[in-house]
Amino acid sequence: METREKEVLKVSAINNGTVLDHIPSEQLFRVIDILRLNHSQNSITFGMNLDSKTLGSKAIIKISDRFFEDDEINRIALIAPNASMNIIRNFEVIEKRVLSIPETITGIARCMNPVCVTNHQEIETKFKTVEKDGNIELRCHYCEKTTELKDLKIISSNR
Amino acid sequence: MAKSLISIHDFSKEEILHILEVAREFEQNKSQTFLSDKVIACIFFEPSTRTRLSFETASNRLGARVIGFPDAGNTSVRKGESLKDTIKMVSNYADLIVMRHPLEGSARYASEVASVPVINAGDGANQHPTQTLLDLYSIRETQGTLDNLTINMVGDLKYGRTVHSLLQAMSHFSPSYIFTAPEELKLPEEYKTFLQQNHIPYTETLDLNEYLQSTDILYMTRVQQERFTNPMEYEKVKNIYRLDAAMLKGVRDNLKVLHPLPRLTEIANDVDETPHAYYFKQAENGVYVRMAIIAYLLGKR
Repeated sequence: METREKEVLKVSAINNGTVLDHIPSEQLFRVIDILRLNHSQNSITFGMNLDSKTLGSKAIIKISDRFFEDDEINRIALIAPNASMNIIRNFEVIEKRVLSIPETITGIARCMNPVCVTNHQEIETKFKTVEKDGNIELRCHYCEKTTELKDLKIISSNR
Repeated sequence: MAKSLISIHDFSKEEILHILEVAREFEQNKSQTFLSDKVIACIFFEPSTRTRLSFETASNRLGARVIGFPDAGNTSVRKGESLKDTIKMVSNYADLIVMRHPLEGSARYASEVASVPVINAGDGANQHPTQTLLDLYSIRETQGTLDNLTINMVGDLKYGRTVHSLLQAMSHFSPSYIFTAPEELKLPEEYKTFLQQNHIPYTETLDLNEYLQSTDILYMTRVQQERFTNPMEYEKVKNIYRLDAAMLKGVRDNLKVLHPLPRLTEIANDVDETPHAYYFKQAENGVYVRMAIIAYLLGKR
C-alpha cells in the first residue's frame, strides 16, 4: 500500500478528480482514445511503464475535475479489465471503484469481419460481450461473428 | 419496430411449429388471395433466381402485388445511395420487404431502419432463415415428425450456412447427427461446442457409405466454389461425394434425400427416380413456407 502511494505521488497528486490505476502499459493510448481524453480541456497527467506487482508494468491516468459515469468508464474494461478508478476530493481518495465489463458495447470497436455491413455503411457498431474459456469476446449484433480482444480495433475518436 | 425474420433465432420453437402448420394449410389450398391490398418489395442486391422466384410466387399466390429489383445493377445503389436510404424509401412504398444482400448483417440493419417487416432472403454467408424453415417443413412432411430423427449432413459443413442454421433449429427436437465431410470442410468447433452444451449426440465420418443405413434424413450440400480463396483447395474437394441410386440399396424406407439446390455432381441423376429423392419437392415447399412467413409477419395468420 505504501509503495503504491509513492508511485501515485511520482506522477503528482491531484486535488479533485479521477485517478485511473492499474491500466496495462500497452493499453494506455487506447484508453485515452476510448475516453476521448485527447479532446479534453482538463489538466491530465499520464504515467506509463510504472512498476506494478500484479501487472509487471502499469499505466496511470489522473484527470483533474473530471468524474465518470459507470457506463462511460466501463467502456475501458474491455482492454483494461483490472483497472481501478479512484475518486479524489481534496487530495483524499473518497471512493474506489472496480470496473465491470458491460453487456453491450456500442460504437467503440470495429467488427473484424471484412464483409460485415458495419464496415461498409455508416452504422454505429454494436456488440454483445460473451465469455469464452475465460476470455471476453465481442459478438456483432449485425453479422453475428465474434471478434476476439486480441483482434480488437478501436474506432478512433479523431473524427 | 415491426416483427421481422432475420435469423432463425428470432423465432421460438412455438413460432417455428406455427409457421409449419400454416404452410401445410397453404399447401392444401394454394391460392388464398387475402393479401390483395398489400404490396411486397423483393429487393435483391445480389442475384438469386431460385429464392427470388419462390418469394414472388408466394406473394402472388397470396394475392399481393410485387415490386423490386433482381440485382443492384440498375438501381440508385450504383449512384452511391446508402442502404439506409434505400430501405427508408422502399418501406414507404411496400407493406413488407424481402431482401437479399451480399453484406453480412445487412438484413438486421434493414429491419432496424424499416417501418415494415423485413424477411432476410440471405445476407452474405450469414443467415438464410426461410431456407431453414422450408428444410424443417420438408423433414416433418417426410417423416411425420421432427422429433428423434437421425440427420446425416454431407459435404461442405464448414462454410455451408444452411447446414449451420438447420443444425441449430433442429436442436429443439432432440436429433442425432452424422457429419460426413472431408477434413478441409469439417464442421467448425463452435457448432460442436453448441451440440455438446445441448447434449445432442453426433458422429463424424469421411465416408458417405458408413452411416447411410442408419440415416433418416440425408442432407446433401454443394461445395460452393465462391467460398474458397484458394482454387487448389476447391479442386481437391469439389467432387468428393457423389450419391447414386446403387448406394441407396438397403437404406431405411423413410430415408429422404434433401438438398438446398442447385446441385452439381453430388447427386447423380439416377437418384431422382428413386423414392428417396425429395429435393425438388423441397424447393416447391419453399413457396408454402414463404407464404406462411409473409402471412404471419403481416399479422394475418
